[in-house]
Amino acid sequence: MTTIVKAINVRKSFGAHQVLRGVDFEVENGEVLCILGPSGGGKSTLLRCINHLEDLNDGVIWVDGEIIGYELKGSTLHELPPRLLRMQQREIGMVFQHFNLFPHMTALENVIEGPVTVRKEPKAQAEARGRELLTSVGLADHCGAYPVQLSGGQKQRVAIARSLAMKPKIMLFDEPTSALDPELVGEVLDVMRALAATGTTMIVVTHEIAFARDVADRVAIMVDGEIREMGPPAEVLANPKDARVRSFLSRVLS
Amino acid sequence: MILQRASGAVRVDVGALNQRSYRIVRLKHVGRWIGALVVVVALALLVQAFAHGQIHWATVGEFLTAGVIVRGFGNTLLISFFAMIIGVSLGTLFAIMRLSANPVTRFVAWLYVWVFRGTPVMLQLLIWFNIALVFPRLVIPGLYEARMVDVVTPFVAALLGLGINEGAYMTEVVRGGISSVDHGQTEAAKTLGMSRFQTLRRIILPQAMRLIIPVMGNSAIGMLKFSSLAAAISMGEMLNAAQQIYFINGAVIELLFVCGIWYLAGTTVLSIVQYYIEQHFGRGVAGTPAKFSFRLPFRSNTPLSGGVEESKA
Repeated sequence: MTTIVKAINVRKSFGAHQVLRGVDFEVENGEVLCILGPSGGGKSTLLRCINHLEDLNDGVIWVDGEIIGYELKGSTLHELPPRLLRMQQREIGMVFQHFNLFPHMTALENVIEGPVTVRKEPKAQAEARGRELLTSVGLADHCGAYPVQLSGGQKQRVAIARSLAMKPKIMLFDEPTSALDPELVGEVLDVMRALAATGTTMIVVTHEIAFARDVADRVAIMVDGEIREMGPPAEVLANPKDARVRSFLSRVLS
Repeated sequence: MILQRASGAVRVDVGALNQRSYRIVRLKHVGRWIGALVVVVALALLVQAFAHGQIHWATVGEFLTAGVIVRGFGNTLLISFFAMIIGVSLGTLFAIMRLSANPVTRFVAWLYVWVFRGTPVMLQLLIWFNIALVFPRLVIPGLYEARMVDVVTPFVAALLGLGINEGAYMTEVVRGGISSVDHGQTEAAKTLGMSRFQTLRRIILPQAMRLIIPVMGNSAIGMLKFSSLAAAISMGEMLNAAQQIYFINGAVIELLFVCGIWYLAGTTVLSIVQYYIEQHFGRGVAGTPAKFSFRLPFRSNTPLSGGVEESKA
């Protein structure tokens, strides 16, 4: 296995509030990492640092041979110009809690937007692949539907297809089922499960402990801006060593 | 129960509910019928009054299609159209500049709005018209040279004055529209690797349009009327032409009515155009009501299922 993501001493503050207090981790190619933890622990911020939606105050994030958002010159990091940053960002797929589909475009138009506008693929080719992707998330019949006509679960599946259309090296999921009605959570998790089975590298911030236990290769538990425990779900979820992690798990598992 | 009594609902014993199905009688809107009657009578009196007033309707009919009036209206349309194009272009440009991360461009946009929104449009028209007093010659070194009075004709002065002033207002309108679009849209575009320009053009502006268009429609209608100010700088638009005629023949009200009819015709057409543009940019929005529509107000504004309709188109 080869490393595809490496984070070293990632620190991030909003004003005086330290959200990330030195986070280190590695993700192997094809691995599924679930990040769990209480609200306000910095899970989403960490995820948003990986594709540089947030810049860092210290530390470094490396994805598949490149430092994200910066160029290393000697021992200093220089901010990348926007054009180069965009080249990195399009290699990293992201699925948001609130879907963030483009409401003025149909499902298919949402999916082909990246390939056509950014990768300059011919439209016919992008559409063919877009239909394939929508079919693979179970939405073959909804290509022409606008987001407003779709349920939350369907929207999130379109959002996943939209990210996959860019053929990303890794996929980030920021609480993908938190905004869904309970009966719609399953359909999105099923798509993610299928995606994991194809060997896609996934980093998933979630509250779905059962999903983490079944699908994740490893789980990380973040409390107060630090990863307190990290390892195979069977180990971490069953025998947490850290007191804060124990109290968090006892609340969510009961 | 206390609440129920307070709300004035009629108390019914639970035992009285002995049917499974009831016929429903709609509330009668007596006030509406009385109101309609009053309006009809008032309108009839108004028509009656004007029909017997000191107006020579034949003169109105005669001048409605008079060459000089129609040409004047053509000029009115021409100025309005191009001033609006200038206004919308400048407005979009400066709105983007005002929202830029660059403090220099932000300042330039702020300065533009401050100056051109902060002075009367009439003043600006007069300054453009008299610009030759400041700069007698327009010189682009090595490329172009001319007398300013030949370049800035009344028509050009009207275009510059109205267009640049409109642009200052449009800047604020477009800025409001852009700011109203959820930040998640920008983030989603970023994760796809879209540039700032691509994000604006493909994602943000089409959504901002829903808010911008109704205001822009207002502006376009306003512009059609404001263009009459150009009469002050001897631009031969319709109102100017009408005045010149009634100074001679004395048919003051008749010619003003002619202008009124043409202005109403113009604004009606604009309202219809606005309705269709709104329909276009309303796609993907649940229950877009036909607000600000040109439809007569008698029909209720039932929400159209905008998304469904448009997805077929």
